[in-house]
Amino acid sequence: MDGTNTLVQLVIAGLSIGSIYALIALGFNIVFKCTGAMNFAQGEWVMMGGMVTAALFGVFSSVGLAVVTATVLIGAIGLVSERITIWPVRRPDPMTLTLVTVGLAIVSRSLVMIFLGKMPAGYSGFSGTDVISIEGVTVQTQSLWIIAITLLFLVLMHFFFERTVLGKALRAVSADPQAASLVGIPSSQMLMLAFGLAALAGGIAGAIVTPLTLMTYDQGATLGFKGFSAAMLGGIGNLPGAVVGGLLLGLIETFGSFYISSHFKDAISFAVLLLILFMRPAGLFGRVEVVKA
Amino acid sequence: MSGESIAAATGDILEVAGLSRNFGAIAAVADLSFKVREGEVKAVIGPNGAGKTTLFDMIAGVTAPSSGRITLAGERIERMPAHKRVDRGIGRTFQTLQIFTEMSVLENVVVGHYPRGHSGWVNALLRLPSGLSEERREREHAMALLERVGLADRANDRAGDLSFGDRKLLELMRALATGPRLLLLDEPAAGLSHAGAERMMEIVAELNADGLSVLLVEHNMRMVMNLSHDILVIGNGRFIAEGTPDAVRTNPDVIAAYLGEDEDA
Repeated sequence: MDGTNTLVQLVIAGLSIGSIYALIALGFNIVFKCTGAMNFAQGEWVMMGGMVTAALFGVFSSVGLAVVTATVLIGAIGLVSERITIWPVRRPDPMTLTLVTVGLAIVSRSLVMIFLGKMPAGYSGFSGTDVISIEGVTVQTQSLWIIAITLLFLVLMHFFFERTVLGKALRAVSADPQAASLVGIPSSQMLMLAFGLAALAGGIAGAIVTPLTLMTYDQGATLGFKGFSAAMLGGIGNLPGAVVGGLLLGLIETFGSFYISSHFKDAISFAVLLLILFMRPAGLFGRVEVVKA
Repeated sequence: MSGESIAAATGDILEVAGLSRNFGAIAAVADLSFKVREGEVKAVIGPNGAGKTTLFDMIAGVTAPSSGRITLAGERIERMPAHKRVDRGIGRTFQTLQIFTEMSVLENVVVGHYPRGHSGWVNALLRLPSGLSEERREREHAMALLERVGLADRANDRAGDLSFGDRKLLELMRALATGPRLLLLDEPAAGLSHAGAERMMEIVAELNADGLSVLLVEHNMRMVMNLSHDILVIGNGRFIAEGTPDAVRTNPDVIAAYLGEDEDA
């Protein structure tokens, strides 16, 4: 019985951290599909999600309001970032854009450091109580919030991509920007939208994970790297793959640190990642395809 | 000279004047001028490498002209980005198909609706709730287009799984979904069986009968002669002749251009 309880606790913990990775991976994939570039700023948006929520919490003293405002704000930052850094690039090949996002990441991190400081920021979880006990299983309530909010976001994203003309237009641009522009879809505006959505996914991830982990201005790169690994695991550019990759990575990490050693938490997840990529270079769900410039 | 060969300027949907495009030292299109009248099917023919695709690319906004003017229904468009030209009424199909193979047949057509009623995605995002009923309406409209070419029962199939001929029809319907005033057809019969080409010809004729103006590049001479009201012949990017199918057929310059190149046309 005790073993089962531990197992359930680990699964819930793994799924909640995995949800965070899934959201970050989703952001990577949305931008990758539209540009062929790796967006190094993705992790910074996660960091900003936590930092900005913490700052707004100080103003509103309502976690819910702070989280919603912060994620909308991070989404808007994604839009603006695209306009001022990606849009002006004259020859937007994937490598150039990737390098531009490295610069964007550094600037984002510095701005957060200057305006919000170097101190770790945090706020209480979304429920009054931190832990609840169901049938002897102790669960952090924030973990449940993370899983539920991620699920809701994924459903909304699915709905957006499958059931709205705008979502379909975005898919069309990611499939073939030129053909899309010749059926009247403004590729450049869709790219801006893609960055906005990616930032939104990152912002949500940061806003909901911070009550568990706290957040500092320099944590973006690590979070981004984890999300990137999840995206690779699922197959880069594959949206459902991002979700599976993220959850899988979260579970591996949680179980690894419990049964082996938490010192090797990151080493274990990256070893598994390497193993999978050796066997399936395109990721679990990826197909080898030509990257469009 | 080309300009004068066309009757009065009233009701021109497209006017191309002095259009040129150089690639390095090579002039792919040189000082080309012609008009397409409202409701007309105009064919552009010429040997391979004559500059037909470059001409289409310039009208659709894929390639910027080196010089010259393109006017659509009185509005200058030669500096407009491609998606805005679609908004102004230019629809296009490609010699090499460019459908979205991973999307469904229906979605391909729905995506063509994008320019209409979308003054921008911000607007679209704000109207997402009403956008859902809008999406339903556009699916219905798209279904009607698919029914027109007998693809309605394939609506939910992956577009990449269609036969080549069906993909061509799909691409045509997607272009139609953008609500064009002028349709640019780049070799619609290429690669089709005899029956497929006949079918394509019938559909284009129907669209034209409904009032749509068409600019057609095609090597299938049967299609060109049957559909066109007027034919423009170019070679090496330059004007060779222009006139009715009968006049062009017997024009010595045209015969020389084709015989000289010994083309498959």
